[in-house]
Amino acid sequence: MTDVDSSAVAAAERPAGQTARPVVRCRGVAKLFSNGTLALQNVDLDIGRHQFVSLLGPSGCGKSTLLRLIAGLGEASAGTIEWPDAQHDAAGAALPRLSFVFQEPTLMPWASAIRNVMLPLTLAGTANEEGRARAAEALRMVGLAAFENAYPRELSGGMKMRVSIARALVTRPEVLLMDEPFAALDEITRFKLNNDLLELWHASNFTVVFVTHSVFESVFLSQRIVTMAARPGRVIADMDVTAPYPRAADYRTSPLYNAHCKRASEALERAMGHAIGAH
Amino acid sequence: MSDTASPPVITIGDDAPPVVLQERRILGVAASTWPKVLMPLFVGLLTLAVWEFLVRRNAIPPYILPGPLLIAQTMVTDWGTLSGSLWITLSISLAALSVAVLLGVSLSVLFAQSKWVELSFFPYAVILQVTPIVAIAPLIIIWVNDVKLSLLICAWIVAFFPILSNTTLGLNSADHNLLNLFQLYKATRFQTLRYLRLPSALPYFLGGLKISGGLSLIGAVVAEFVAGTGGSQSGLAYRILESGYQLRIPRMFAALFMISISGIVIFLCLSMLSHLVLRRWHESALKREN
Repeated sequence: MTDVDSSAVAAAERPAGQTARPVVRCRGVAKLFSNGTLALQNVDLDIGRHQFVSLLGPSGCGKSTLLRLIAGLGEASAGTIEWPDAQHDAAGAALPRLSFVFQEPTLMPWASAIRNVMLPLTLAGTANEEGRARAAEALRMVGLAAFENAYPRELSGGMKMRVSIARALVTRPEVLLMDEPFAALDEITRFKLNNDLLELWHASNFTVVFVTHSVFESVFLSQRIVTMAARPGRVIADMDVTAPYPRAADYRTSPLYNAHCKRASEALERAMGHAIGAH
Repeated sequence: MSDTASPPVITIGDDAPPVVLQERRILGVAASTWPKVLMPLFVGLLTLAVWEFLVRRNAIPPYILPGPLLIAQTMVTDWGTLSGSLWITLSISLAALSVAVLLGVSLSVLFAQSKWVELSFFPYAVILQVTPIVAIAPLIIIWVNDVKLSLLICAWIVAFFPILSNTTLGLNSADHNLLNLFQLYKATRFQTLRYLRLPSALPYFLGGLKISGGLSLIGAVVAEFVAGTGGSQSGLAYRILESGYQLRIPRMFAALFMISISGIVIFLCLSMLSHLVLRRWHESALKREN
């Protein structure tokens, strides 16, 4: 029943900037783990081109699982995930240009920052010279031009995450998938990286799907917040965040921001309520 | 990104990187390294002095326990014979270690390719390891005509397992998220091996190598004890046997010392190698303030 509600909401409040043709389309997606946990059930979700969408929910609601399925890490137990505009290989599998940022920086400790950023290009067979130039450019964009030859252990937590973002952007992806990337960072660093991420997104053409459990982070960053509930993981609300970009520090203290946070918190509370009710 | 007019450049303001301090150096070695070298050396010299003193005060005959000075003197006078034997023992150990590295790494790479191969063959590697080398050395010596080759095989059997077992563990210990990342970028099996699994396995391999270095020497010595070959082509183990029969105890000690020192040198060399390879990135090679 909640699914009906949420799809009705989604239809009524079609977020600004969403084209009729989504970049990725999930229909009836379910994921049953081998231990019997139903991580996702009947998820319908369209993500428009150049959108910044947050998946918000309590732990265990399947938001990370959904993100991994979108990334192609693991198979959905039911339903389909389509990429209408992406290239497809001979077998008919979609080859979307996407990148993934994990909660941990997930860098190779044995390689310098620039080698880490070059990795996706190396794997794609890009020539070394070109790869190095593009990796240097990506590092410059995240403010780490001076740290090309630093090893991960020589970098702070925030800087490692920047390298991780540079690695994700070096392939010029259409879709950037981020799985609670800033959750392990302190608040000051997180705010700074939030601002930087918005700048990068604003300057480029990619779509962002951002998993978080923070209401404040999702309202600050995204155009649209999809709230999920646990047991089984499903979408229960889909709201727009109408505040205009660029969003800066003053947005965090504006009444509009507070109003959106209130709505998102209510959706999250409902998500928790649903989970308890279902249990 | 490059197709937009002006990509944003972000300035770091979040948190500063850890500062790496340059340590004071004395004679090209870090100041904090000197005690590590000098303290064991001091303890060693003290032990030798006490030994020499006790031998002299109690007038212990050299065929029971020679003093360190006599042993050193024997090492100089018998250097011709002993150095030849040292060279033979060392060459067998190093050859066995090289073959162990080659086969151990190749096999573990093979194991890492398929769980089934690992499940099928790993138990046999364990059997090879747990069977006492003294028990199978006579068989190997009978089967293989060439004595040197049979010693090499024995030393190899002893040295092989730590490398195989550690490297296999290392290849399977690659970070799960990084494996996902490689999958995401459609990395081939070979690329995953080259850029992820092998570097992840490096610290494990080097740990195994340190163990195997000592074991290859032990294997070479034990095998020679069993083989008991005489003549000019014999290693330090046979010199010990021979000196025992002839009651030339100082020479026995001299040979024993040379084996111990070889073992220490092998260990130090491999530790140095490990440190040089890992110093930029691995936890084990890092120094911490607290």
